[in-house]
Amino acid sequence: MTVKIKNFPGTSLSEQDIADGKVLSLHDSMHADFGWDTGVAIGRYLAALKEGVILGAHCRHCRKTVVPPRQVCEWCYRPMSDYVPLQDTGIVNTFSLCYVTWDVQRITKPEIPAVIEIDGASPLNGILHKLGEIDPQEVRIGMRVKAVWKPIAERLGAITDILYFSPILEEHP
Amino acid sequence: MSKRKVAVVGAGMTRFVRRAQETGKELSWQAVRMALDSCEMTMDDIEAVCLGTAPDAFDGVHMKGEYLSDGAGAWRKPYMRSYVGGGTGVFVPIQAWYHIASGLFDVCLVVAEEKMSSYYPHAQAAFLTIFDHTTERPLKPNLLWIFALEMNRYMQTYGISKADIARVAVKNKRNAADHPCALLGDKNITVEDVLNSEVLAWPVNRLDVSPVTDGAVALVLAAEHVAKRITDKPVWIEGVGWSLDTAHWTNRDLAYPRYVEYAARMAYEMAGIKEPRKEIHIVEPYDPFDYKELHHLEGLLLADRGQAPQLVADGVTLRNGNMPVCPSGGLLGVGNPIAAAGLMKIAELFWQLRGEAGARQVPGHPKRGLAQAWGDLMQVGTVVIMGR
Repeated sequence: MTVKIKNFPGTSLSEQDIADGKVLSLHDSMHADFGWDTGVAIGRYLAALKEGVILGAHCRHCRKTVVPPRQVCEWCYRPMSDYVPLQDTGIVNTFSLCYVTWDVQRITKPEIPAVIEIDGASPLNGILHKLGEIDPQEVRIGMRVKAVWKPIAERLGAITDILYFSPILEEHP
Repeated sequence: MSKRKVAVVGAGMTRFVRRAQETGKELSWQAVRMALDSCEMTMDDIEAVCLGTAPDAFDGVHMKGEYLSDGAGAWRKPYMRSYVGGGTGVFVPIQAWYHIASGLFDVCLVVAEEKMSSYYPHAQAAFLTIFDHTTERPLKPNLLWIFALEMNRYMQTYGISKADIARVAVKNKRNAADHPCALLGDKNITVEDVLNSEVLAWPVNRLDVSPVTDGAVALVLAAEHVAKRITDKPVWIEGVGWSLDTAHWTNRDLAYPRYVEYAARMAYEMAGIKEPRKEIHIVEPYDPFDYKELHHLEGLLLADRGQAPQLVADGVTLRNGNMPVCPSGGLLGVGNPIAAAGLMKIAELFWQLRGEAGARQVPGHPKRGLAQAWGDLMQVGTVVIMGR
């Protein structure tokens, strides 16, 4: 009945209305602190990262190798058969050049988040990470990349033990 | 399985604004009041209430269903809040549909509310918690990442340009200029405006994205014997479908929304639709980003893979085209108060199929429409098919 209705409810405010005190608003901030258990499969994934290895999981029934590893196969709902070490190389499945931070602050040098298909995992099976040591304008889908690891002494068993992935320079014979 | 017929008999909505003076409860109440007035019913006629609202993190309120219950008219009634991320707005009428189709109730109220403006400094930061806390969040991701990554993969897979995609934003923002509740309607916007807007996360520019919005939408659903008593123009819910893909989103094909196809096939089968491209006259796919409209048209089997941009370029998806898409103006134009935005699409089909959409009316007396929403970690699809 939109044609019959002329006035819709809902009153639009601007930041200025609040700054000018035309309407009242109450601010409060919550502090939330959590300690997440990594669980069995991701616990092993993180422990492997500390050793400089990207770990996947293989389902013998579905013949799929996924990364990060998990306990149950999504396709057949059987337990995953094996944990398998994968390569620390892969190809860029997709990427972005991001000029805003998570809380929408502007940055001039873009971050380069990417999905990287890890060598040794099934096709299209990748992880979210970032690219580095590359001119943002040179990044291409399909580009081969390799993990750049933190020095062993600094690794914590975290996804950030990989600093970023950087392009593998092609060798000309 | 025998299912009773269910119709939408009333609809109401608030204006969609960047920041509303009203609370979420007040917005809900105003949308509900309009929906009830539109079919001359009162709260006494409502047997159960279905509420849809997106993440609690926006409001900083635990259990938003309970918080909003008085505004939604839920007191002393069976009441349930459903939540499937961005897919909520099209899922919540499905919930009311099965309440009625099953014979449990004759009349249900459907309410969808969102107030995104409360989160400071920007609602986007509330989305940080959708990423895996152990394997992704330490990378400090933001919500734009996943859309930018998916859009880039879609563009690369089919050789689609940013200009091809920007035409969707232009069409929807122009359509929204005719919507009395719209936040971002603009008759004069051009493809260049979209391409020249600020780059947020390439390939996503500011005008490729729908805005943070406050608003509410409400519908009244009724069983056949009640619907025919209330109105001579009931709009029937002919098919519903929903489906979920893996939440390990970096392990799947980002160029094609398989879960939307599964949801659509479920709905087409229920509605007896064999050739959706001929039998669906209006489409309201979910368009929080312009490429998503194209992505979803392909998932809905209304365009071949990678070919949706051609439909837009050929004018097929204009309001007076062969298959109008988002004649409301969509999320890009009317606004994106998450759950309310999805339900706005159902309300739009209701008004369009009754011939009451005013300046937005699709010509040719359309008989059947489809609305779709999508959400969670880009892996839930919800579909409703309506007809008269």
